[in-house]
Amino acid sequence: MDQAVATAVGVLFSISTLVLLALGLAIIFGMMRVLNLAQGEFLTLGAYTVLIATSHGLSIWAGILLAPFVVGSIGVILERSIIRFLYGRPLDTMLATWGLSLALVGVMTLVMGPTTEGIATPLGSFEVGRYGVSYYRLVVIAISAGAALATYLALRHTRAGLIARATMQSPHLVAVSGVEPQLVYMATFGAGAALAGLAGSVMAPLTGVVPTMGLAFIAKIFITVMVGGSTVLVGTVSSAGVLGLVESAVSYASTPIYGQVAMLALAMVLLRLLPNGMSGLFRGGL
Amino acid sequence: MKRGELIGWTAAAVVLAGLPQLLSLFQTVQLTVFVIFAMLALSLDFLWGIAGILSFGQAALFGIGGYVYGIVGIALGTTPLGLIAGMLGPAVVAALIGYVAFYGRVGSMYLAVVTLTLTLILYQVMGSTADPKYAIGDARLGGYNGMTNIPSLSLAGRGGPPLGPVEYFYVVGGLLFLALIFCVTLSRASFGRILQGIRENESRMELLGYDVRWRKLLAFVISAALAGLAGALFASWGNFINPEVFSLPQAAVVVIWVLVGGRGTLWGAILGTVVVQYLTSRVGEVGAIYTTIVLGSILVAIVLLFRRGLAPALMDGVARVVRRRSGGVAAGR
Amino acid sequence: MLTRRTALFELSAASLGLALASMPQRRAAAAEEIVVGNLLDSTGPINIYGLPMVDATKFAIDDINSSGGVLGKKLHLVQFDTQSNNQLYTQYATQLLLESKVAVLMGGITSASREAVRPVVDKYAALYFYNEQYEGGVCDKNVFCTGVTPAQQIGNLAPWAVQEHGPKFYTLAADYNYGHISADWVKVYLQQAKGELAAQEFIPLDVVDFGSVIQRIENARPNVVLSLLVGGNHIAFYRQFAAAGLNKKIPIVSPTFGLGNEQIVLKPEEVEGLTVIYPYFQELDNETNKKWVAAWRQRYGADYPYITDSANTVWNGWHLWAMAANKAGSLEPAKVIAALESGLSFDAPEGKIRLDPQSHHVVHTVHLAKVNDKKGFTIFKSIENVEPSDTKQVCDLIGKPDQHTQYTPKF
Repeated sequence: MDQAVATAVGVLFSISTLVLLALGLAIIFGMMRVLNLAQGEFLTLGAYTVLIATSHGLSIWAGILLAPFVVGSIGVILERSIIRFLYGRPLDTMLATWGLSLALVGVMTLVMGPTTEGIATPLGSFEVGRYGVSYYRLVVIAISAGAALATYLALRHTRAGLIARATMQSPHLVAVSGVEPQLVYMATFGAGAALAGLAGSVMAPLTGVVPTMGLAFIAKIFITVMVGGSTVLVGTVSSAGVLGLVESAVSYASTPIYGQVAMLALAMVLLRLLPNGMSGLFRGGL
Repeated sequence: MKRGELIGWTAAAVVLAGLPQLLSLFQTVQLTVFVIFAMLALSLDFLWGIAGILSFGQAALFGIGGYVYGIVGIALGTTPLGLIAGMLGPAVVAALIGYVAFYGRVGSMYLAVVTLTLTLILYQVMGSTADPKYAIGDARLGGYNGMTNIPSLSLAGRGGPPLGPVEYFYVVGGLLFLALIFCVTLSRASFGRILQGIRENESRMELLGYDVRWRKLLAFVISAALAGLAGALFASWGNFINPEVFSLPQAAVVVIWVLVGGRGTLWGAILGTVVVQYLTSRVGEVGAIYTTIVLGSILVAIVLLFRRGLAPALMDGVARVVRRRSGGVAAGR
Repeated sequence: MLTRRTALFELSAASLGLALASMPQRRAAAAEEIVVGNLLDSTGPINIYGLPMVDATKFAIDDINSSGGVLGKKLHLVQFDTQSNNQLYTQYATQLLLESKVAVLMGGITSASREAVRPVVDKYAALYFYNEQYEGGVCDKNVFCTGVTPAQQIGNLAPWAVQEHGPKFYTLAADYNYGHISADWVKVYLQQAKGELAAQEFIPLDVVDFGSVIQRIENARPNVVLSLLVGGNHIAFYRQFAAAGLNKKIPIVSPTFGLGNEQIVLKPEEVEGLTVIYPYFQELDNETNKKWVAAWRQRYGADYPYITDSANTVWNGWHLWAMAANKAGSLEPAKVIAALESGLSFDAPEGKIRLDPQSHHVVHTVHLAKVNDKKGFTIFKSIENVEPSDTKQVCDLIGKPDQHTQYTPKF
């Protein structure tokens, strides 16, 4: 029984971190067809926000609250200065954001140094029989669920969400009705960056902070978003569910490395079977 | 083949043959690795420039070629077989990925993402094979250490003396020369022209009745074999290969070589490689961090400012100046 | 599309590019100097070890030059930063041997880097010194390993810990060749000391989250944790271990802790009492060392954090080579190797050391010490003149000179 509870928390944790990590890119890719390869560095920037906040005497929670705003602003700046010139050229966007990713890693190394900085994991743990479960893991699960729910509500039930969805379908119509599509793109990219910043800040106390930390997650994020397909929420959550389950199951049975290999193999098979990703399985939805 | 072009090829061959006579031993060894990288760049330019398929995994296929060469070279002791296996291994991997991507009819972006993901996964997987149990015969994968003691290429058969640095330069240079001729010839044959048609307008080619799927697959496999050959030659050159070949900067730099040289020119990839490698080694003397910043900025700048690549843009500029100098001749155009 | 004219131009342009890239580069040193080469990481995660070793290299070269140099000539050091990247070791080693034509090549920190350099050295029949603590077993006519090995460290540390703390060990090792081979040595020496191994775990060098590792240690309840962790990222283990309150419950012993000045980075209350074993400690009470530390402080400042065992080993490597070259009257690798195999001994900061001709390793006196509350170590036990028996048992480069291999422990 204790083992079942501990394992369930473990699996739920991997799925929800996957959702949280992928959500930002899912929005940028799903709504704008821009595959942002610098998404991993946005995570890292979020993590550094927490690190800098805590070293200035703020609490970890304040850092996590701050991170989406900091990274969101950086995202908006980059969108205005680089990305906006490349709309409609998906491969060029990938190349440019890749260059951005390399340069960001370089600059962060220059400014923050190449060493890993640790942030102590807050809150401690409780025991389930022989197994320890950390409270922070539960908090992460809650934050992921909250972020997914907030995204859903924002897209479905707010005027901004409606405009955003309309812009993605027909920018001309939106422009005709008096809204500047450029503004919508900027806001969407900023929102995606902000979510990445949130994810990075949440992961920081678990992994340690180093300029190259984004690399550890970026493969997972891409696979999740690709397998998820075009619908932002349904696709991402269902693909994170399937992939996260397989990854953690195989990791428990063997090693985390085989877990990652299994995840990639499954993703390839899914892409072959479902060219539109998991979204192809659902009609409509977000 | 036209006469002028023949002169061009001959000139290139003569320069290639003459270089080791002019250079010191170290410069020859260093130039050998540039030539190997140029072959890798050529493999991407054939795929991307001619067929319009962007793979981010050329460096990974290069790495697989190197690892396969190392395994075969150590476990079986025959290096020419290792070279062939080093081409076959990546070709098989590319065939699998290409099958999923092209026959699944997923968009062009997906291949880029899947190959990038393959790169990242290989980096982590090969990095955690330090345990002696990860071995094929005597060939230990070595994890973070990489494979050491990979035998140098020897054409004298099993256990024969390895090629010296100058001989090895000739082998590598000759292979690059052959590869360039192969790619140019192929791109002018009907297969290559159909590939260029696919690059320009895939649905039109399909409507004209061409099966684009196997042609794209074949182009990817050929390019992977070429990348693998380069990887095998690289492993033989340094007697060493490690998971760094699967790192992201390594994957990016291949794309940068081609972009700087100009897509679709084939020869430009070779030029781009030499120029970028020379510059980065110079910047690298200042500090490794600056290399990634410079490379990243180059990538962003080229995409934003020179869509066709740096070399063609420069050549256009030169041509424009020349035309202006020669006074109004261009006006009649 | 290629046209006739452009093809002509393009091919010559490509050739020109190749030619330009290989323009002759300037020669480094004047003819009356002896060029020597050094490869160490001053940047990247391994630089915690590399920086003191670079300092020791420069100090050693100046010291040799000020006492007459080698064969009456001054040494000229060519030093490359390998940036914690093993590919650069191959590249720079080739460059130093073929372009700079160095008389001797020294350097390498991780065993991965050494194994990248060694084939290059063998290929060009050069002479190479690896001056760092390592897992033993390298048996190569062209290579001298001056660092301390498992027989000298774990062979004494394990029996002491079994007696002091109890038999049940938990081994944590870095996941590359150093960690794997050393973990095997732990098994060998643990068996001899009548200890038992609860578990062993291999940690990739980029891991920084030790939560699950610490949980498994808690479950296994060992008497001793033996740490073979390496690099800047792994320092996180000691901090997280202390944060879980385990530093008061389970003692840690380590043959790697301190080489990267971990005791400076961590707080004394996190690691006080941790036991290590090395030939050299800054606190050693002998005349050579007192002078050496004073000269070091004068050169690099009184606030220099701590002079590591690796720095002492680098110093020894350069001096042993200089002694041998002077004795041989030549810089030719074969002759210098013969001189190095003539039974050299040297008055080092760690005390008198002897170079074992048969194995190309060094006989060391080792000291057990505990981390104290002053970010340094307190020596509490010394074992004199320990042979590098791990390597010597299997490696005889006098009897069988044509060897270029590394032996690993057999069970």
